[in-house]
Amino acid sequence: MKSKLIATAATLLLAATTSAFSAERVKFEMWHGLTGDLGGAVEEVCKRFNDSQADYEITCTSQGSYDNALQNAIAAYRAKKNPTIVQVFDAGTLDLLLSEAYVPARKLMADNGYKINWEDYIPAISNYYANSKGELNSFPFNSSTAMFYWNKDAFAKIGKTSAPKTWDETFDALKALKSAGYECPMAWNYDTWPIMEQSSAINNLPIATKGNGYQGLDAEFAVNKTKFVDIVKNLKKAYDDGLVKIKTPDTGATIVQAFSNADCQVMLSSIADHGTVGKTQKPDMQWEVAMLPTLTGAERHNSLVGGASLWALQGKTDGEYKGAAAFFNFIAQPDSALFWSTRTGYIPVTKSGFEFMKAQGFYDKAPYKGRELAIASLNASPITENTRGIRLGGFVQIRKEMRDALTDIFANKVSVDDGINSAVERSNAVLRKFEKTYAGKMLP
Amino acid sequence: MEKRATFSKTSVGVMFVLPQILLVFTFFYWPTGAALYWAFTLERPWGGGNEWVGLDNFRQVFADRAYWGSIIRSIIFAGATSFLSMGFGLLLAVACDRGLKFYQAFRTVFVWPYAVVAPAAALAFRFIFAPEAGIFSALVKSNHEFWNPAQNGYHAMTMIIVCYSWKYAAYCFIFFLAALQAIPRSVIEASALDGAGVLRRVRDIQLPLITPTFFFLLVISITDSFQDSFGIVDVMTDGGPAKATEFMVYKIYFDGFRGLDYSGAAAQSIVLMFLMMVLTFFQFRFIERRIHYS
Repeated sequence: MKSKLIATAATLLLAATTSAFSAERVKFEMWHGLTGDLGGAVEEVCKRFNDSQADYEITCTSQGSYDNALQNAIAAYRAKKNPTIVQVFDAGTLDLLLSEAYVPARKLMADNGYKINWEDYIPAISNYYANSKGELNSFPFNSSTAMFYWNKDAFAKIGKTSAPKTWDETFDALKALKSAGYECPMAWNYDTWPIMEQSSAINNLPIATKGNGYQGLDAEFAVNKTKFVDIVKNLKKAYDDGLVKIKTPDTGATIVQAFSNADCQVMLSSIADHGTVGKTQKPDMQWEVAMLPTLTGAERHNSLVGGASLWALQGKTDGEYKGAAAFFNFIAQPDSALFWSTRTGYIPVTKSGFEFMKAQGFYDKAPYKGRELAIASLNASPITENTRGIRLGGFVQIRKEMRDALTDIFANKVSVDDGINSAVERSNAVLRKFEKTYAGKMLP
Repeated sequence: MEKRATFSKTSVGVMFVLPQILLVFTFFYWPTGAALYWAFTLERPWGGGNEWVGLDNFRQVFADRAYWGSIIRSIIFAGATSFLSMGFGLLLAVACDRGLKFYQAFRTVFVWPYAVVAPAAALAFRFIFAPEAGIFSALVKSNHEFWNPAQNGYHAMTMIIVCYSWKYAAYCFIFFLAALQAIPRSVIEASALDGAGVLRRVRDIQLPLITPTFFFLLVISITDSFQDSFGIVDVMTDGGPAKATEFMVYKIYFDGFRGLDYSGAAAQSIVLMFLMMVLTFFQFRFIERRIHYS
């Protein structure tokens, strides 16, 4: 009995020491919010990193959604069990920026001896995430922007070979599509992202005072005072005329599904859906993306970046931070950008990545052709106060208030003006509460 | 003489109770305490400071028309789902208890909906009710105004009530059937011999004898409907269209977890807790009096 016990103990000890020898790589964790095909793509990036060197081993875990990744990271951080890296979506940036929970990207890279050319990031992307001094605190990762998806077959029927450039042209085209017998000229899902955030930037309209919040937490939401109201009015009129159809999961199909199977001829959606449409489209359907339409007479400005960035969180060992820095350095390499953008619909975040992909002929080939327009859209103009980004507290709630208002407006429960005004009023209450929560804090 | 088992030493008893007290403390009193504290402060999600604001959070919550809307919707939902699920549960249980044809098979089948997790049930019902893709699409082909839960709040509410009641009717069925079968057969047989028909027996014998179960299910149904609607709402409507299905619990989830307004959500949780306590108190105070436990 006793000898058996000793033997077992010896085996265990041996197992422990061998695993200790083979596990000399520093392990660290990353939590992200992507699932399905995109989640798989993140894991492939992690595997490529692990295969590329022998010192570090990253474990990437999907938390199910952007929201969950953020909530779980907060809970874990409060319990001091957080991962080294977490992916946080655009609207979650401000809360983290105002906290002491992260290690600034610049400091992390400098401390670990990496020289990063920060000027290499595409300005519309780096400005969105940067602090008031223009310094990046996190690494832009999966990045996208909104695009105009149009069905070329349908547009050919109405004698058009190019996408409309303005909203007026768009509505004319939708009318012609309707007359040509198309049941659903344009699909829409109440999403505020393309029509409020992106369209405001493209037409250089503010969505809030104080440079959309970048100059202080006392910013006020102000879309009810801009031409955004006209965009909604025109969209509502188009809806009443049967030119726009609502497509959400509760009606039976999302806008992407409705566009992919050629039920609807136009949609406004993220460039990240480019891959999905290509993979799920009706066979032989001809379609393309274009930049979002502008208001007639307005000069085109850059659109906003959407997606998420990667943050290094506090409370980890030097070894883990070294690993994190190596990982960030790895994903910033041009061939990582090529891999990432080939595998997903996301765009490269650096100029060198974009140039490298262009040189490789990535944008000439069929499934990826057209994605360069997303970069063109982000680069359409120098950054202005209105096109830098959005830095408003509680923005998830603000988006919901606006979406609820749009739902009521389209169901004829309130007028366009009343709906937007009340959403703005409610959003400002959210902003004031956020300001009070961070009383005495300055935007870094 | 009454027999009683007692511990020779108090310390032994304490040791037996300790794990339970620890569990209750860790999973109930501690979180409730934290929520209570957050409700009176402004809590930053990533930590790093919170400020005492007294009753501000509550004032803000009660000043919000949308919040009152969510309370009213929750109460309507509780009433409608309790009525439907208990009604159908009782109907099916009485039928099964009578031993109608194939009742053994039905007895098993009727229990299944309760075993389906809420999000899965919600996904199925979302498809059934989708105006453009599901089974209902055939009905609304000609007239889109007739059924459109994506835009009409009443339709969305109906959809959620039906889905929830479908699931909870199964739960009520189990309890009602158990209660009915516990009634001595001799009582039923005696009344049958006296010439009482089926409905008469249900009304005068069975229903009065199962009132304790009835009361238990009423309390549980109402309490559960406040808390358990979440999984269904989250999958089917996200609280929409335009807040039409935003119940108290969904609002707490959205404000707290998605909007990161921890303090506002904590204040709402405290209000919900009090509402539940008041409702249950009234049920015990006014309904239980009329119930006879034999």
